Amino acid sequence: MSAPALMQETAGAGQDLNAQALRTDARRESLRLLALLSPSLFLVFAIIIVPIGWLFWLSLFDEAGAFSAANYARFFEQVSYIKTFTTTFKVAFIVTGACVLLGYPLAYMLSQLPRRAASICLIFVILPFWTSVLVRTYAWLVILQRKGLINSWLIDLGVISQPLSLANNLSGVVIGMTHILLPFLVLPLYASMKTIDTDCLRAGMNLGAGPVATFRQIFFPLSLPGLASGVVIVFVLCLGFFVTPALMGGGKVIMWAMRMEQTTSLYSNWGAGAALGVVLLVVTLALLGLFQWLLGARATGVWSSR
Amino acid sequence: MSIAPSALPISMRGIEKRFGSVAVLRDLNLDVEAGEFLTLLGPSGSGKTTLLMILAGFVRANAGSIKVGNDEIITTPPHKRNIGMVFQNYALFPHMNVFHNIAFPLKQRSVTAAKTAERVEKALDLVKLQGLGERRVDQLSGGQRQRVALARAIVFEPRIVLMDEPLSALDKGLREHMQIELRALHRRLGMTTVYVTHDQREAITMSDRIAVMNGGRIEQLDRPETLYATPQTRFVAGFIGESNFIPVECRNGSVWYEDRRIHTAAPVPAAGQHLMVVRPEKLRLLANAEPASGVNVLNATLSDIIYQGDSFVCYAVLRDGRQLTLRDYCRSDVLAKMPASGQPVSLGLDAQDTILVAAD
Amino acid sequence: MSEDIGLPISHRQRLWLYGLGSLVLLFLIAPSIIIVIMSFSDSTLLQFPPQQWSLRWYQAYFGSLEWRDATIVSVKVAVTTVLVATPLGTAAAYAINRGTLRFNGTINALLTASLIVPVILIGIGTFFLYARIGLNNTLTGLVIAHTVQALPLVVLTVLSGLRSYDMNQERVARSLGAGRVAAFWQVTMPQIRFSIVSGALFAFITSFDEVVVSLFISGGETTTLTRRMFNALRDQIDPTIAAISTCLIVLSVVLLSVAQIFGRRH
Repeated sequence: MSAPALMQETAGAGQDLNAQALRTDARRESLRLLALLSPSLFLVFAIIIVPIGWLFWLSLFDEAGAFSAANYARFFEQVSYIKTFTTTFKVAFIVTGACVLLGYPLAYMLSQLPRRAASICLIFVILPFWTSVLVRTYAWLVILQRKGLINSWLIDLGVISQPLSLANNLSGVVIGMTHILLPFLVLPLYASMKTIDTDCLRAGMNLGAGPVATFRQIFFPLSLPGLASGVVIVFVLCLGFFVTPALMGGGKVIMWAMRMEQTTSLYSNWGAGAALGVVLLVVTLALLGLFQWLLGARATGVWSSR
Repeated sequence: MSIAPSALPISMRGIEKRFGSVAVLRDLNLDVEAGEFLTLLGPSGSGKTTLLMILAGFVRANAGSIKVGNDEIITTPPHKRNIGMVFQNYALFPHMNVFHNIAFPLKQRSVTAAKTAERVEKALDLVKLQGLGERRVDQLSGGQRQRVALARAIVFEPRIVLMDEPLSALDKGLREHMQIELRALHRRLGMTTVYVTHDQREAITMSDRIAVMNGGRIEQLDRPETLYATPQTRFVAGFIGESNFIPVECRNGSVWYEDRRIHTAAPVPAAGQHLMVVRPEKLRLLANAEPASGVNVLNATLSDIIYQGDSFVCYAVLRDGRQLTLRDYCRSDVLAKMPASGQPVSLGLDAQDTILVAAD
Repeated sequence: MSEDIGLPISHRQRLWLYGLGSLVLLFLIAPSIIIVIMSFSDSTLLQFPPQQWSLRWYQAYFGSLEWRDATIVSVKVAVTTVLVATPLGTAAAYAINRGTLRFNGTINALLTASLIVPVILIGIGTFFLYARIGLNNTLTGLVIAHTVQALPLVVLTVLSGLRSYDMNQERVARSLGAGRVAAFWQVTMPQIRFSIVSGALFAFITSFDEVVVSLFISGGETTTLTRRMFNALRDQIDPTIAAISTCLIVLSVVLLSVAQIFGRRH
């Protein structure tokens, strides 16, 4: 308070009066806010940024320690890697598709139910969401394995004589992952459906569109952004999913994340594992970025056409 | 008016505020006298709320000086400024009852429990909320919340009270009632008050002086009646009250509208294009074109008459196609001589009612 | 009852939709219910419904030193994570909400990074880093790694609380003579405490249920419950895990209900 008192005597023009003191004050305020953020930022930096940067650096050297792209070239040359990628994308596509098929009707139903009924039904979506992935994977193992519930029921009923192989293969992985990832699609989709203005639908019906036409021409297009964000989240999570394929794949379904774990833990080949991780991160960020860009472009497109 | 011993003048000099590259306040100077009720009036985006926030210490200016009495407070944190503040949405603390809301500033100042109870009681009395101390905030009506916010802002006898559109959330009847009451409370306590509003009627009703703001500057600072009678810019004339604008030219020391010389009581400005401000209620319908001395006569065609019960509004079109609005009370003598739509009329304007402002 | 619908489509015309939706809901909830029921079975075979009821798998769980130690480790880590992540996340959310810092967007992205970066990469990276600074198989290491994963949830929950909170209240408190800290504790904090509690609950579940990172960085004395479960599942399907799973489901239900009750009061 003493510094400004000195200054105002000299600054007669009324310009930049106390500007220095105010700048100092603003800087002090920013520092205070940064002080609140710094512990969190430091932890994230130390646990996420530093190790990933380090791994990226490692991935640029071959096993002899020479600078090379060998760790990345391997992905195109070795059949086992190509197979891992094909499996991963295959699972991701199937699981995402299954989530859309199951999730869209569910979200649609939730959005149309009265508030109380919807919030009760939502509990059934949120509870699994917050239940350990391990618990749910275990449940599906119990249900799907050779002597599991499904097989014993079907045999008891005389539908089949030999147990179906549902677990320890691709179908087990797909079923388990669909169950685990479904809420990730339903919750954003439901949220976006709730924002659709019922008046739009009433107007559509008033203008002579039947229920089906109203749904197809008004509701469905309006729900697409929510569906798209759900799809992207599920797809991206599929690419890096570890627990369920590791436990339900029976060692036959090797997905990206499992490959990373094997390469580093089993073979201690850090360069190769790191390269896998780097590519996985790049693909993830690229998909999210592409989605953001498309959504942004779409939003502005709608805006300018008005 | 009795000036409370705690009332202090405010002197603002060279206040600059930019948000990014947008200048919100430009080299703003303003003096508020001790015990004065001063209103910052302007459209949204004129910088009035920003100025208030800078005064309260919630927004930091880029440059400038604010002195309260002899103290420079531009870098003083808000809690050490000793300024009472009333927000548009009241900002009452919902987790405290009325008593604790009002006692909050006293608690911060470590006032004893007995003294606190006494002062809260007094503040509740002042805003006519006796006995409501135990009420929860959500049990109060809009007007009562307004009063609690006010009591909370004055209970610690601040040097200055700031109010940011405090009545805008109330409905019309209550708002007008509260205007009178706030004014009376100010007269009684005499604290220096800076009030922000975009409602010119409210500003005229309540203020000792009004600072009309536009585009980050103060266009005019005057008493309400002066502001209305002699606006100095086209903006002020248009923002306060209704106005007709007629382009006039000044040459050879007199004012001309087309080929007609305008009688004016005001000093004739420098040669060039100007605007004559004509208030609708200053225009008269003349029975016939008898040009009494000192009365300007404008010939026009009556286009429409709208009755509004106690008064009526005439729309008349000048020869150049410009539309003028005239307002008068429905007295029987006026109504008896009322011409019909489409008839030529002569409109009279006294020389002392002509206002000249620069054409922009 | 139906305040938010009102299309001229009757519920009967929609029976197919309700049927389909209910089947999906059943798909979502059935596995948890089956596990809870089977955990009370007397048989080592996985029969459903069980022929005989017993608590033997719960006895097996609580009687086993290994399982008990792992549970204690998990509880210790989760509680400490809550105690670290909640204040840090709240402080960060408060700073972000002020929104006056120049790199607010970047800061936001950094703090929520652990939601976007594949967990497997965080696991390998943390293991790699910890190997160099000797934090593998330590409680400290687990707490730090879990805190980073819980932070975005605390930040986002508290941030949403702050966004629905009227910052003018803190301003008015300041003008009435309260300093920064006093204004936060007396005015802001009481009004966003439900968000903070929810954030803390999410932090607890996140840490307690965390598998992938723990697989890499916990072991020996500090083996977490989830890591031990994962290993057990890789070998064989032990019904003890049904009992443990039931406990975890109950924990989720309890924590979610608490969050829900707090949310409603808010």
